[in-house]
Amino acid sequence: MVNNDAELDRTFAALGDPTRRAILVRLEREGGATVSELARPFAIRLPAVMKHLGVLDDAGLITRSKAGRVVTVRLAPKPMRTALEWLRRYERFWSSSLDRLASYAERKETETRKAAK
Amino acid sequence: MTSLTLVRRIAARPAIVFDALTTPDDIACWWGPDAGPVLAVQVDVRVGGSFRIRFRTLDGSEHESSGEYLEVIRPTRLAMSWRWSGSEDPGESVVEIDLRAIGEGTELTFTHSRLRDEDTRRSHEAGWNGALDKLQRNLASGQRNSL
Repeated sequence: MVNNDAELDRTFAALGDPTRRAILVRLEREGGATVSELARPFAIRLPAVMKHLGVLDDAGLITRSKAGRVVTVRLAPKPMRTALEWLRRYERFWSSSLDRLASYAERKETETRKAAK
Repeated sequence: MTSLTLVRRIAARPAIVFDALTTPDDIACWWGPDAGPVLAVQVDVRVGGSFRIRFRTLDGSEHESSGEYLEVIRPTRLAMSWRWSGSEDPGESVVEIDLRAIGEGTELTFTHSRLRDEDTRRSHEAGWNGALDKLQRNLASGQRNSL
């Protein structure tokens, strides 16, 4: 459980940056890309891209494979699924609770108006 | 993605909604995802005050959440730290609830976020809606990149 939690923190921290999210979206769309392909659309230097890839790799969000001098990057979806699962659990709880809160507050409002008459 | 946002339009004025969110007797009437009972409510509704709410769902399982109030502005805003007790989810997160008067009712905006760093969260939200929605949908439906 504690491990899961640290994993979640890493996933969410890794996702908390627009460049890294753009990289993930691109990998999802294209299936895979080389490091230099990934660096091209961004107005940042290759070392900065490597740093972002390092963060994504640490979070388990990507895999890197090397063939000769070319490093290919691919999306690894499992940590994102875990993160989605975390969100879904809260969504189930809160979506129903807020519906119940709304009905309750509306009953209270009606009672308050009646009492004021 | 790191945060959950829900919006509800409620036919009750903000003060009534706010009190329903913060008064123990009221909380006991709606808290929880189903008609299972609320077993205990302790709230100290002031900045730095804590809350602890225990409830049972209809499947018989018991759950407890607790945290501290971070902002208490009646009747417009409530923010609190949040954790599930026990081993359910050891991580802490933040719940924010904003109430805005619309006509004679209230628009409630609820956010539950994992990230505690406000700037990170803001930048995240600014960038999230859009491109990654698609990614999230695809991952959620398991259309691609299956495990």
